[in-house]
Amino acid sequence: MSTFLKSREALLVLVIGLLLAAIASRFPAFVEPANLARVFNDTAPLMILAIGQTLVILTRCIDLSVAANLALTGMVCAMLNVAAPDLPVAVILLVAVTLGALMGAFNGILVWKLSIPPIVVTLGTMTIYRGIIFLISGGAWVNAHEMTAAFTGFPRAELFGLPALSWIALAIAALFFVVARATPLGRAFYAVGGNPHAAVYTGLNVGRTQFAAFVISGTLSGLVGYLWVARYSVAYVDIAAGFELEVVAACVIGGIAIAGGAGTLMGALLGALFLGIIKNALPVIGISPFWQLAISGSAIVIAVVLGARAARAKGRIILKRAEAQA
Amino acid sequence: MNGTARHIPDRLESPAARALKSWETLLLAVAVAIFVFNSLASPYFLNAWNLSDATFNFTEKAMIAFAMAMLIIAGEIDLSVASIIALASTAMGAAAQLDAGVPVLVLIGLGVGLACGAFNGALVTGLGLPSIVVTIGTMSLFRGISYIVLGDQAFRGYPPGFSYFGQGYVFWVISFEFVLFAILALIYYVILHRTNFGRAIFAIGNNPTGALFSGIRVARVKFILFLLTGLMSGIAAICLTSRLGSTRPSIAFGWELEVVTMVVLGGVNILGGSGSIPGVVIAAFVMGLVTFGLGLLNVPGIVMSIFIGMLLIGVIALPRLWAMWRADRA
Repeated sequence: MSTFLKSREALLVLVIGLLLAAIASRFPAFVEPANLARVFNDTAPLMILAIGQTLVILTRCIDLSVAANLALTGMVCAMLNVAAPDLPVAVILLVAVTLGALMGAFNGILVWKLSIPPIVVTLGTMTIYRGIIFLISGGAWVNAHEMTAAFTGFPRAELFGLPALSWIALAIAALFFVVARATPLGRAFYAVGGNPHAAVYTGLNVGRTQFAAFVISGTLSGLVGYLWVARYSVAYVDIAAGFELEVVAACVIGGIAIAGGAGTLMGALLGALFLGIIKNALPVIGISPFWQLAISGSAIVIAVVLGARAARAKGRIILKRAEAQA
Repeated sequence: MNGTARHIPDRLESPAARALKSWETLLLAVAVAIFVFNSLASPYFLNAWNLSDATFNFTEKAMIAFAMAMLIIAGEIDLSVASIIALASTAMGAAAQLDAGVPVLVLIGLGVGLACGAFNGALVTGLGLPSIVVTIGTMSLFRGISYIVLGDQAFRGYPPGFSYFGQGYVFWVISFEFVLFAILALIYYVILHRTNFGRAIFAIGNNPTGALFSGIRVARVKFILFLLTGLMSGIAAICLTSRLGSTRPSIAFGWELEVVTMVVLGGVNILGGSGSIPGVVIAAFVMGLVTFGLGLLNVPGIVMSIFIGMLLIGVIALPRLWAMWRADRA
């Protein structure tokens, strides 16, 4: 209990609580359950991607291609819907997930088999995936009136008062809580990132574990790709441009150590919620949305500074790494 | 580099043979090949003024790439360079609205660049934070400040003399920017390959602990490198703002990728420890020629970015695939 109180998660719960209280003091309508549910639903894509990104960062990698993956999958789904309006949503979901997984696997293969640094791989694939959208669409938009009602209706379909998009985010969060805590793969993510050499001696394949993380991150990006395009009922080359930074920001704010091996999915989800609340509150309290980029940037910087101090105080590091001394 | 055992040869190859097999020679051959191909593909390529225009595709990015190369050799990275350009350009634009003169604008551009570099450097070296995360954060922060100041507006109305930096010509088709690029290339060549400071950069990149124990002030060297990267971004901001004549918060969006690509294409090891300025110079020409040639063939910008992305992955992947293939055969 006392460790929880000192944890990043508890700090974030406190910060989010204070933030909501501060907004509520001036704008009580913001904290009404219906509006909070709307904020949650609006943050769902960020939360889903933050889950995938967390697993990738745990293994000492980073995936900057998630937004481009999302946009390309979304465009393919939209074009598929236009070309074959009778195709059921289930098939489109399958296509989205498969395509996303393939793009994640491409990143993963380059990291695993060719040991290219993940930041280089995903910086590269980020532009390649984004460019392919232009190639297949010719720069044209797919607009709401071209999509079928079933296609755009799926993420908004309500169940027990919450839209499907929110339920999907909750289901994925629940699934990966179990995966991260109670499966060999989930523990491998932590082991590989915490100490790759020790992981090898334990019989873990470091590259393959990183590959698995990239595939999961890609799969979730693909899924969000369809949900995003369907929810906003539009697909074009630049959708979700720069969203990868917001995803990384959510993870860093959530206390996922960029050096790998430490951090919880709950932290990443709270980090995403924190950003989502700020994003939705800005227009309510009358601050220009142009402030958002600077706010998330400052949040990242503050979070890493706090993270570094916490790591030092905890005394977790037994053998100092070379860079830490330098 | 790729896990295969290295053996120490009984005798080294002659310097000439090594130079012939070097990355720089290969890159130069690629540059010549692209030049010849472009000359054949488009009748408009071999024209002094067109070629002069083409240099603007890479001069500003290359200036940053020189400092970035040293930073990456030392084992760090700065992803905030394009955002520093945005912030410096916004600051210059704001000053221009208050009727600041050209020297003041230049000082502001350089000053903002240095301040941003110092901020990054202090966080990375002072607090021992990983440079990737810090600069991803400051990348949002610096550009975010530009968005706060400008929103969807733009600054225009720079003083007349200010246009010289991005649009002026020193002699015939030789632009001011190209001359600046050449001078900076020379300066950075001397710093990296001919001074103790340059040796220290390689030492740090290869073994930071070893460097520290041999008396190199590792944190100070890294801090200076962040300062230099910020300063070069400031210089690039002056040139770019002068060339465009206006400032929007989206200025130079995505340039950090092209700068890193240029550095990696130039043969700098992304993990640190090796690389050269001549390599980066040739890589700048290669990228400039590719984008210019594709532009003459009416290839849209976003398709060019696919080439840049494939180039970035390809130049690292191909040598490794080649090494794996050779190891398989042996």
